[in-house]
Amino acid sequence: MADQSPEIPQSIDATLTLLASADYVADRSLATVLYLALKMGRPLFLEGEAGVGKTEIAKVLAKALGRRLIRLQCYEGLDVSSAVYEWNYAAQMIEIRVAEAEGVVDRARLGEDVFSERFLVKRPLLEALEPDTAGPPVLLIDELDRTDEAFEAFLLEVLSDFQVTIPEIGTVTAARPPIVVITSNRTREIHDALKRRCLYHWVDYPDAARELSIVKAKVPEAPQKLSREVVAFVQAIRREDLFKAPGVAETLDWATALTELNAVALDAATISDTLGVLLKYQDDIQRMQGSKAKELLDQVRAELRAAG
Amino acid sequence: MTDRPDTTSLSADEAEAFEGRLADNIVHFARALRTAGMRVGPGSVVDAIRAVETAGIGEKADFYWVLHSVLVKRHEDHDLFDQAFRLYWRKRALLERLMSQLLPPSPPVPRDDAEEVRSRVAEALLKNEQKPEAPKPKLEIDAKMTLSSQEVLQRKDFEQMSAAEIAQARQMIARMILPFDKVKTRRLEPSPRGRQIDLRRSLRSSIRGGSHGMIDLKRLAPARKHPPLVAICDISGSMTQYSRMFLHFLHALTEARGRVFSFVFGTRLTNITRQLKARDPDEALERCSDIVEDWAGGTRIATCLHAFNRDWSRRVLGQGAVVLLVTDGLERDGREELAFEMDRLHRSCRRLIWLNPLLRYDGFEAKAAGIVTMLPHVDEFRTIHNLNAMADLVHALDARRPGGADPMRWLRGEAA
Repeated sequence: MADQSPEIPQSIDATLTLLASADYVADRSLATVLYLALKMGRPLFLEGEAGVGKTEIAKVLAKALGRRLIRLQCYEGLDVSSAVYEWNYAAQMIEIRVAEAEGVVDRARLGEDVFSERFLVKRPLLEALEPDTAGPPVLLIDELDRTDEAFEAFLLEVLSDFQVTIPEIGTVTAARPPIVVITSNRTREIHDALKRRCLYHWVDYPDAARELSIVKAKVPEAPQKLSREVVAFVQAIRREDLFKAPGVAETLDWATALTELNAVALDAATISDTLGVLLKYQDDIQRMQGSKAKELLDQVRAELRAAG
Repeated sequence: MTDRPDTTSLSADEAEAFEGRLADNIVHFARALRTAGMRVGPGSVVDAIRAVETAGIGEKADFYWVLHSVLVKRHEDHDLFDQAFRLYWRKRALLERLMSQLLPPSPPVPRDDAEEVRSRVAEALLKNEQKPEAPKPKLEIDAKMTLSSQEVLQRKDFEQMSAAEIAQARQMIARMILPFDKVKTRRLEPSPRGRQIDLRRSLRSSIRGGSHGMIDLKRLAPARKHPPLVAICDISGSMTQYSRMFLHFLHALTEARGRVFSFVFGTRLTNITRQLKARDPDEALERCSDIVEDWAGGTRIATCLHAFNRDWSRRVLGQGAVVLLVTDGLERDGREELAFEMDRLHRSCRRLIWLNPLLRYDGFEAKAAGIVTMLPHVDEFRTIHNLNAMADLVHALDARRPGGADPMRWLRGEAA
């Protein structure tokens, strides 16, 4: 099977270039862990606050490598039938009725017929084990912290052998394991056993320079002055004692919102009116509104002026 | 991870360290990390060597992140790794110093207030004097307690117990029948009387079995499991003895049901969940006192609750947690701040139970500023000063609870 898609990068620098080719502004620590995960064939475990761009990394990876992205969104109560496979019961029932109408009495054969791949509904984990002409897909297991421990334990098995057993059919093993990216927002502690099988990386908020390049790449229509002020303001507000600091996603939303409002620069009134885009808790908004916003803005302006 | 080590190329010293014995060095480095308190398994060491081989030794920063990505599995360990890396890979001779620096300073063993003469202290002193003398007098309280002595012990305040009684109480805690507090989850499991039909099993059994055209319907019902239980326990001076007994209780709970997250606080908040997981209760408590730096000191409830709300509430209060807050509520911080943090805590969990040993006094009235501030924000207000109270708590944690510890009663009493 010949791959037409770009090759797996062969060095940390090549990984950085690859990510840049898909418009992702990464720092070197992320490129290192990504390179190792690809090279050693290990799942990558990304942890960090909501909105720092963890999911984006998997998307960008799939795009840059030209692989298929398979996403498993986790939630409480996620079970094998939604994550791995399910049978198409309606079709099975019809098959049985038809067989009975035709006078088939061999139950064993009927069973084999009905539990064949024809009636199998594949879910993300099973799909990810299937061969793909473009090369093994990128399997994104998003927000693993939302599932319960039972699913985590099941995942452990899948991730160590890259195989799934379907009692009626047998074991499905990936010829070439998928590239696995797991994300967690830390709403729950993930068990050490799972982390041990992965390479771990904490995704932090970007620094000002990197965040500005992200805004430039994702919201190109935003005026330059506005972008600089938005980024500086967000960086400053993250240093405040907030219940939930804004993520990169919020910065981008805010820059877009302000651009839509035809703002060319920040002012205290506009900040107060649009704080809801940036902060998602009423207590936080209350603390930042009015004089506090003005104070922060003045501080940010002074910093920007000093930086030139 | 914005901070990065300097990217200067390797010095002659370091180059020598890398030559030949790189694998050895990584093994030693991993051992240093382990001594410093990080969890680095042998598998990770093999991985680390493989990873360095894969990435090659380039700049120091790359080497740093290569080791980091394999050896660090928790965000909390980042600083430890960073410090260890800087020290270790500079010079091997620094290893011993590194070890001693990274080891947490051993905290003072919690002591009792000197002013109050406790029977425990007296007993300990007496014991020491008598030891070298003649055959020990046999003490037979432990194993075969009479009913009445057991009853007395049930009602005895933890603060007044002697060492022997504490040992007994601990055994009784370990034997307590722990609460049935399971709640429905969104996961389904086979159940003969469930409401949902399990198509997969129904179809399988209809094909396997011989029900002649009839389909025997299999059913599913929501699985039940323990909700997370989060204990936030005051270990300041006035609470010491109660907290220690409560930690025994928490240890028994951790063993029995899992999903117990424990925190202690005095002037700062410490997560002791991992430490309590040690099987032996003494070892577990030993480990706790190793990492807690503010045993038997002052207390800052508002500040510590703030730390909990900001750093931990989202991580441990998901999935319908019950919170046990153990403190006497004697707070000197600002009331407004305390009310705010209590309110936030109350809103983020399913049930907030306040355990306050002061409630043991018959004439207790909710008058202290801290207590008045905190009471409106809790669901239940109970005492925890003896074994009976602990048993009541177990009862209250039961999912089929009768209730009856209304916190507002105390506030209304004050108004009357």
